Amino acid sequence: MAQTRKSQLVDPLIDNNPITLQVLGICSALAVTSSLSVAFVMAIAVTLVTGFSSLFISMLRNQIPSSIRIIVQMVIIASLVILVDQVLKAYAYEISKTLSVFVGLIITNCIVMGRAEAFAMSNPPVASFIDGVGNGLGYGLILMLVGFIRELFGAGSLFGITIFETVNNGGWYVPNGMLLLPPSAFFIIGLLIWAIRSWKPMQVEEREFKIQTVEAH
Amino acid sequence: MGLRNLFDRIEPAFHKGGRFEKYYSIYEMVESLVYTPKTVTTVAPHARSYIDMKRIMTYVVLATIPCILFGLYNTGLQTNLAIAEYGASGWRAWIIETLGIGFNPANPLANMLHGLLYFLPIYIVTLVAGGIFEVVFAVVRGHEVNEGFLVSSMLYTLILPASTPLWQVALGIIFGVVIGKEVFGGTGKNFLNPALVGRAFLYFAYPAQMSGDTVWTPVDGFSGATALSVSASDGFAALPERGITWMDAFIGTIQGCLGETSTIACLIGLAFLLVTKIANWRLVAGCLLGMIAFSTLLNLIGSDSNPMFAMPWYWHLVVGGYAFGLVFMVTEPVSASHTNAGRWIYGALIGFMVVMIRVVNPAFPEGMMLAILFGNVFAPLIDYFVVQANIKRRAKRNA
Repeated sequence: MAQTRKSQLVDPLIDNNPITLQVLGICSALAVTSSLSVAFVMAIAVTLVTGFSSLFISMLRNQIPSSIRIIVQMVIIASLVILVDQVLKAYAYEISKTLSVFVGLIITNCIVMGRAEAFAMSNPPVASFIDGVGNGLGYGLILMLVGFIRELFGAGSLFGITIFETVNNGGWYVPNGMLLLPPSAFFIIGLLIWAIRSWKPMQVEEREFKIQTVEAH
Repeated sequence: MGLRNLFDRIEPAFHKGGRFEKYYSIYEMVESLVYTPKTVTTVAPHARSYIDMKRIMTYVVLATIPCILFGLYNTGLQTNLAIAEYGASGWRAWIIETLGIGFNPANPLANMLHGLLYFLPIYIVTLVAGGIFEVVFAVVRGHEVNEGFLVSSMLYTLILPASTPLWQVALGIIFGVVIGKEVFGGTGKNFLNPALVGRAFLYFAYPAQMSGDTVWTPVDGFSGATALSVSASDGFAALPERGITWMDAFIGTIQGCLGETSTIACLIGLAFLLVTKIANWRLVAGCLLGMIAFSTLLNLIGSDSNPMFAMPWYWHLVVGGYAFGLVFMVTEPVSASHTNAGRWIYGALIGFMVVMIRVVNPAFPEGMMLAILFGNVFAPLIDYFVVQANIKRRAKRNA
């Protein structure tokens, strides 16, 4: 095996991050990152679903007929998502209401499907489980970073605890309303990708074409 | 020419291999600000002309002068009028009292001075904050700092409310320069107007300081609605009752951002830009046509619940930022369409969108900023289809 267990877990955090390198799972990253606690719950949910769906799919991989493999994968992922949804509704009702449809939409999160197709279908269970958890954590890491910036500067708080007293409550901080709107996550993720690729130029893709320059005559 | 000699003496140090090679862009910035640049660029905004960028940008700045002068006057006028009722405070009042000029709204000079005391801090902060980022990018990326930034910073200043906190001014222009321009490769490669990107950022980030009734005149306690927000709530027919005649709006003695209120000042700028051929007349004509056609259509359709439907085109022209955007933003060559047919479509799209946003969308009373940004995004696509249509037509002709 080319990868060690440790590198399987650590690589997706920065070197092969599902959001900043593969640019998958952007939709939910925009929608659920306006507060850190919601982002945190979402990160755990996706990590668990990715890990266990990879585990189960890998265990069944030799029994799954290739022609209907997507359907079988979907059944497994959907069952896990329903499980997560029910647990959230039972024990964290407020957060589950904020997450609303995005828990259900974990089913369509490209990261879950992607790991199932790309890794779990051709690797043993334990390796698949670690790979799934690693990718879930990579997703979660970016989610937490974006959530940190958005909640801190957008509402002046972290996990709902006030850090900067906002003007409306008699403090000094004027919250940046744009950070509470989903498009701001686009800017933050874009800047994160910029920062990571400046730090690790390996991740920069080759240009598809070269810009022609005209020589002055 | 001592200065020229100085430049010539120190120039080699900034060339490749010289001691200050890295800082060539800063040298170039200072040199070309004082003298005519030695190079003509080869890509947009003027790929098909020998006119250099410095002249384009300088002319645009010159064209804003009527707007600046009237903006100073109007800001001072509105402030002095409000002060008569609410009283003066702060360092500006101290300066004016020390100079002994007073707050008489009937005195144009007093108005100009008071307006200047609001305009200058915003403009200086814009230049310094945006300039620092511009220079940092120029040094790291090795491209030149050009006069385009002078245009962006001037336009940006003119479309801010006079009461904008200075730290927000800085934040907005930094966002505009970095996200609106530099990440795409600098001047000539920006598909959005940097000044508008900065303004839009502030609009969404700090709506309390960027919209509403209290921000336009910087006097505590004063509340004055813009012509557009009056029209949105009570219909344009209510404007004369609130003391805003069409002539007021045309000349510009109404509530609004620093330099955007006066339609006549914008039109003087437009005449200058059209005569010097800096602005393309097709963009202007397209934008006017789109606005007139769509607002007339809405007049004909009519609506019982939405008074904005009845607003005629000559009111749309004079209220809000339409005239300013038309003259200085729609005609911006880099972010507009580059084909002639595309320019008509691009202009018409913006004219249509601005009426659409003003009339049909209840969330935003003003639509020019968003309409132009919307047009910017579509400009390359419009060009693509125009070019493709042309290729098809020629292929058919030669088949």
